[in-house]
Amino acid sequence: MLRKIRIALALVFFISITMLFLDITGCTRAWLGWMAKIQFLPAVMALNAVVLAALVAITLLFGRVYCSVICPLGVMQDIIARMGRRGKKNRNRYSYSPSLPWIRYAMLGLLIVAIAAGIGSIVALLDPYGAYGRIAQNLLAPIYGWFNNLLAKLAESRDSYLFYRTDVWIRNSVTFTIAAVTLVAIAILAWRNGRTYCNTICPVGTVLGALSRFSWLKPVIDTSKCTGCGLCARRCKAACINAKEHRIDYTRCVTCFDCIDNCHQGAISYRPRRKEEKQEPDVSATDTSRRSFLTGIGVIAATAALNAKSVKVDGGLAVILDKKAPRRVTPIVPPGAQGLRHLAEHCTGCQLCVAACPNGVLRPSTRLESLMQPESSYERGYCRPECTACSDVCPAGAILPITRAEKSSIQIGHAVWVMENCVPLADGVECGNCARHCPAGAITMVPSEPGNDSSPKIPAVNEERCIGCGACENLCPARPFSAIYVEGHERHRTI
Amino acid sequence: MWRGMNDTEPSDTENMKAMKPKNDNNIDRRSFLKRMGAGAAIATAAMTGCDTKNVTPSADGSLAQSDIPNDKMTYRTNPKTGDKVSILGYGCMRWPTKKTGDGENDEVIDQDEVNRLVDTAIEHGVNYFDTSPAYCKGESEHATGIALSRHPRDKYFIATKLSNFAPETWSRKASIDMYHNSLRELRTDYIDYMLLHAIGMGDDAMDAFNKRYIDNGILDFLVAEREAGRIRNLGFSYHGDIRVFDLMLSQHDKYKWDFVQIQLNYLDWRHAKAVNPRNTDAEYLYGELVKRGIPAVIMEPLLGGRLSKVHDHIVARLKQREPTRSVASWAFRYAGTHPGVLTVLSGMTYMEHLLDNLRSFCPLKPLTEEEMSFLYETADLMIQYPTVPCNDCKYCMPCPYGIDIPAILTHYNKCVNQGNVPESRQADNYREARRAFLVGYDRSVPRLRQADHCIGCNQCAPHCPQSIEIPRVLHRINDFVEKLKQGTV
Repeated sequence: MLRKIRIALALVFFISITMLFLDITGCTRAWLGWMAKIQFLPAVMALNAVVLAALVAITLLFGRVYCSVICPLGVMQDIIARMGRRGKKNRNRYSYSPSLPWIRYAMLGLLIVAIAAGIGSIVALLDPYGAYGRIAQNLLAPIYGWFNNLLAKLAESRDSYLFYRTDVWIRNSVTFTIAAVTLVAIAILAWRNGRTYCNTICPVGTVLGALSRFSWLKPVIDTSKCTGCGLCARRCKAACINAKEHRIDYTRCVTCFDCIDNCHQGAISYRPRRKEEKQEPDVSATDTSRRSFLTGIGVIAATAALNAKSVKVDGGLAVILDKKAPRRVTPIVPPGAQGLRHLAEHCTGCQLCVAACPNGVLRPSTRLESLMQPESSYERGYCRPECTACSDVCPAGAILPITRAEKSSIQIGHAVWVMENCVPLADGVECGNCARHCPAGAITMVPSEPGNDSSPKIPAVNEERCIGCGACENLCPARPFSAIYVEGHERHRTI
Repeated sequence: MWRGMNDTEPSDTENMKAMKPKNDNNIDRRSFLKRMGAGAAIATAAMTGCDTKNVTPSADGSLAQSDIPNDKMTYRTNPKTGDKVSILGYGCMRWPTKKTGDGENDEVIDQDEVNRLVDTAIEHGVNYFDTSPAYCKGESEHATGIALSRHPRDKYFIATKLSNFAPETWSRKASIDMYHNSLRELRTDYIDYMLLHAIGMGDDAMDAFNKRYIDNGILDFLVAEREAGRIRNLGFSYHGDIRVFDLMLSQHDKYKWDFVQIQLNYLDWRHAKAVNPRNTDAEYLYGELVKRGIPAVIMEPLLGGRLSKVHDHIVARLKQREPTRSVASWAFRYAGTHPGVLTVLSGMTYMEHLLDNLRSFCPLKPLTEEEMSFLYETADLMIQYPTVPCNDCKYCMPCPYGIDIPAILTHYNKCVNQGNVPESRQADNYREARRAFLVGYDRSVPRLRQADHCIGCNQCAPHCPQSIEIPRVLHRINDFVEKLKQGTV
């Protein structure tokens, strides 16, 4: 019964969180965005005391239920492990293995150092929720997007507006590769040994494991009933039951209740603990698959980015070159992020904002110091005035919530004019598209020759009024490089 | 003379190939209309025998091709040559295309389909084919030539134009080359109906006209070609600046226009000015031609589909009167009802278009006075809907900055007609309309080709036969899109 409740809840959380990353309409995020906000590491980064207190309390009461219900990466491993257990032969194939505390604490130490030093990319790599987010956003979302586009095509043929097309594109090949490698590595570990990742590498698992040693409720082996058959240990995906000695390593137990259901003698029950069990400080051989995982992460493969195919149309159409991102001295980060430093210090690289961005602006950064953290660029769209999607969803407090009104006055960068590309000078035609679309009214068209009103008009940017939204850059007719582009600001300002 | 023709004026049919310029413009107005309209009158009388009473609709309510009689086409007589011209003329500007690859421009004319359409048309008595070196990205004449050359040359009349719009083609040599190339592409050694193409267009229409046809002596050249018999009828098509039209007619004595192609439909009859102050009511244009006994060839009888894709209220209004006829049929019958009309052109892309038009014209049942005024009232209602008068002719294309102008305007018109242009957030259907407009916009026009990318360079507007101020309209539509997106309508 407990196990079934656990499985049901876990599926609800898992599917909902996955939908946060897949949904293209934004409805899920409005209703279920809280599911991202109760994730452990994002809550730490956001200094979300309420969530942290609740998670600590839950762990002290029930053990690591967070790991078996709330954490999407944990549930994903359970699903993969379940597939690995198919068939009679494989059903009870795990075995007890001693804990590897030095790796676990080393990983935790690394995380703490990374947070303290503000090295966002390491924090992002170590965050289990972020790892799942990257997998969902990079690997599942394209499949979902294609399926959606298929439905959109069907809807279109039926003159229905139920579904609409969405762009499916790989934002960043490095992050894509990291996500793919993470998935493969974790999937292999989970298929073979269940929760190895959670109990060796995951720093959140280590913290919660340390707490769960003191949890009120926990599975306990009744030695008077136990026949020592070892079935529980062979079923334990956390490899934490030492059947011979009737001991359970509570730092690793994720409270999945599989052992309780599996015990023919009814010897294991979930109940208030009586006595502290002793830890086994055993240091054994390093798991080789862990090493392959870590080396795998370092591999940066240049996968061929899928070029978004443009839609075909009748009639004679001029070829439109794809825009190329200019080299920005300072990267642009979305309004609400407050600045590069705040974002770097809080973001766990979960990609939820990237998934939520409806304008194709956000993508994971490729810079080493902010790897996988979001960055804005305006080749596909610009940061539209009515949109606050990323600030609404960020669970880590890296992009703080803002309103539309606030957004209109947050300066995240400023526009820079590039004379050589400007169409009125290059093609000799009237333009002014940047000025026409500037939501802040920061651009005025002025004669290129002072005093000569009939000379071609060029944009004059009032940097004080410019908010850096990128409308000008995105809608500039010059291609592949715009004649006006946005240079980011290290710290955002309110104008 | 050939199958399916109403032999209304036997004496004239014998003169079909008579090239000698006769003193034709002395015909007085009444006899002109009488001669032109004779075919129509007789056709009407004969029609009672083959009306819907005798034609059984197929199970799905539509009329199959076999139900259209192929010997009942209404013909009009060219007063000069005696040509029996079918009242339905084939416009070759919108031939069907097929994909040849994945690229946006990887499209060619579907020749098999063109052949099929031409065969069906000829089989049902259509004998006037109107093309131009500019149509279908320059491929129309070639495709039309192939399709027509499979039939005896005396079974049809070819109309083409000297489409020297681009300044590079203004020289005498380039223009004459264009004319000779037309003969080659159309696989013929004479043109039945030759037109100066779209005079009156451009920012300075008079200047453009002079440069295209007068300064280089091309008009004189064409007149000489008519003398020589390689051009059987010489005329012009007109859009835009009325001064050029008036000038041309004032020189009728000199050039002896054999026909003139004008835009005529029940909307433009009196509401052309409402669309654009530069335009001129068809009532005036047609009246001027009738006054001088010049046959009118009608273009845009359907306004590029705008008179068939009308607001639901208008559909209901027309269907109540003629439940079994298409909305488009009203527009075609309207154009054909005018007795001074030689032929009504229709750019039929699909077989369904062709069959529907054949139904309207085999034979033509002219509209009554009462029906005409019913249509004028309909036109009054129609102009209350703020559609953009784009006929999807694609003259404005390609936009050098990649905008798909006709697709944007067509989408906008579609939304206007379907009631999906909400005026405020309080509108009853605001949410559905907003979704239909925005989702439909992304479907009809790729994002990079939408109106927000229009920079206002204005290179398109001078090419628009409807004198639409394209950049202004695109910016207006984009402002509306922005309001919809931001929820500030």
